[in-house]
Amino acid sequence: MPTIDLAKTSLRDLNATLHQLKPDTNETLWTITNPAGEHSIAVGVDAPITINIDGNVGYYCGGMNSQASIIIEGSAGQGVGENMMSGLIHVKGDASQSAGATGRGGRLIIEGNASARCGISMKGIDIVVKGDIGHLSAFMGQNGRLVVFGEAGEALGDSLYEAHIYVRGPVASLGADCIEKEMRDEHRVELIELLKLAGEANKVDVSEFRRYGSARQLYNFNIDNADAY
Amino acid sequence: MTYHNPPTTPRTSYTFDEYTLSEIRRAASTGIYDIRGGGTKRRVPNFDDLVMLGASMSRYPLEGYREKCGTNVVLGTRFAKKPLKLSIPITIAGMSFGSLSANAKEALGRGASLAGTSTTTGDGGMTPEERGQSKYLVYQYLPSRYGMNPVDLRKADAIEIVIGQGAKPGGGGMLLGQKISDRVAQMRQLPKGIDQRSACRHPDWTGADDLEIKINELRELTDWEKPIYLKVGASRPYYDTMLAVKAGADVIVLDGMQGGTAATQEVFIEHVGIPLLSAIRPAVQALQDLGMHRKVQLIVSGGIRNGADVAKALAMGADAVAIGTAALVALGDNDPKWEKEYAALGTTPGAYDDWHEGKDPAGITTQTPALMQRLDPVTAGRRLANYLKVMTLEAQTLARACGKNHLHNLEPEDLVALTLEAAAMARVPLAGTNWIPGAGG
Repeated sequence: MPTIDLAKTSLRDLNATLHQLKPDTNETLWTITNPAGEHSIAVGVDAPITINIDGNVGYYCGGMNSQASIIIEGSAGQGVGENMMSGLIHVKGDASQSAGATGRGGRLIIEGNASARCGISMKGIDIVVKGDIGHLSAFMGQNGRLVVFGEAGEALGDSLYEAHIYVRGPVASLGADCIEKEMRDEHRVELIELLKLAGEANKVDVSEFRRYGSARQLYNFNIDNADAY
Repeated sequence: MTYHNPPTTPRTSYTFDEYTLSEIRRAASTGIYDIRGGGTKRRVPNFDDLVMLGASMSRYPLEGYREKCGTNVVLGTRFAKKPLKLSIPITIAGMSFGSLSANAKEALGRGASLAGTSTTTGDGGMTPEERGQSKYLVYQYLPSRYGMNPVDLRKADAIEIVIGQGAKPGGGGMLLGQKISDRVAQMRQLPKGIDQRSACRHPDWTGADDLEIKINELRELTDWEKPIYLKVGASRPYYDTMLAVKAGADVIVLDGMQGGTAATQEVFIEHVGIPLLSAIRPAVQALQDLGMHRKVQLIVSGGIRNGADVAKALAMGADAVAIGTAALVALGDNDPKWEKEYAALGTTPGAYDDWHEGKDPAGITTQTPALMQRLDPVTAGRRLANYLKVMTLEAQTLARACGKNHLHNLEPEDLVALTLEAAAMARVPLAGTNWIPGAGG
């Protein structure tokens, strides 16, 4: 079980080491100590390994992650898991802006709150935030699912495409072309699955969530919709 | 006796000219602004307003057809482990698969590779055709991140972070639904047939301080191998260049207002940004003030048409140029051989700019299979290579006349201006004088 101490090892050496791992590596459990808020920790990993990070991380931790499970035992700076392709990123604390931005796959779980633009331009990622999210979250969200246990800030789902949004608490306001939608059985099934993946199966009542999605009125330019934005 | 005023010649207004009148009528009829492709069409100060001085009593020329005049350029020498080593200082600008057909993208790759230069992806990701045919491929990293993934990033030879483009500094884009084929939709992860908005801001950073961290992320991701370019639309070139250097760019791409776009509002194209001629010297000045001229390379684009434009841009301090519109024309865009079909679209060869509608008779700005097939990527690539060769030969001809054994040895002292505006913008003397308007103040 390799342990890399970022107080003694440079970020460059850490990431270079992780990038060299082959898919069939036997070194599947890694620990990173003393992250001290450093940026770009474990970006671009492409191997089925688990990385435990023992503390807070800076910007873009786990950026573009493929396959790896990255557990952050602290809070994460801007753009955690940005553009991740697959795998898991689990933030035990809070996350700053643009968590999971443009994410294409995999799961991002945030135990605390996420700041503004959570899931911005998401393209297939599943994001579960157990606290609140900030304004403009899921802006231009194309695909994937965003689940929020707490409250959502202003302009949720602005210019939304096909991403699904579930929020349990109050929503400050909805963005352009985002509307509340009926929660049907298939959505309850989807939500239960997501809660299960986030370790919350049977702990949370899905009936407390409300569903939001695109009204699809802005999908093709129409001058009569100009007042919407 | 009755006096009759002699009739005057019917006089149209300069202010309300024929185009303006037609635009008012079009707006009144449709209720929507005009969207088109290409760059600014009105006359702005440009390289034609400069001439080169050539050798004379105090300068010694080089022999044409005999003495060597180097054209190579190395891009990305600041931090990247693998800088791009190009044979000529003329690169192909970013244009997306989606706005262009796959055949057109392949042709650009073929032509660039034959000429020993690079081509660039666009807002739609990397296609196998383009990667396969491009010896040097620059991967654009755009706000929309359509088609973006780490595998393709690592396949690229350089990464170009797009902050803006000359046709529309401060603007995003829109690929209209009619051009969203199954393949385009799949690459961009959106339903077929809907308009695809390209955001104007990056989703995960704001400001130059964040950008520095973003650049470092991309370097870490690619193990510090790839040069990182920053592309900006020309508007505040001095400060943008300063900030780009501060953020850690290897290469700055500066795109003037003549630079083309796949589709943007006419009002945006014609009224936002500054001409390339006015943008180069402030950018070079910023690099010089930072002691980074030639260390951070400067690529300029926006209306580059021939070897004279190349030579003049390099004389003003650029390391290389990029071409977009001119490259498409070389492939066959707006070719008079499609005159009847252009007429059927209500336009004429040389004026066709409704690239967003996907009906391009030349098969370049379209996703319609029957039209796409009209462009043979091998032949079109050869045409582009020929054109690049001619531009290079022209630039060498002018450089030799100025006594320079490499295009990069051209300097502002080789230039004078024919107009006051050009003299002030290019910071070279008005021809026949020592006067540089605005110098020193």
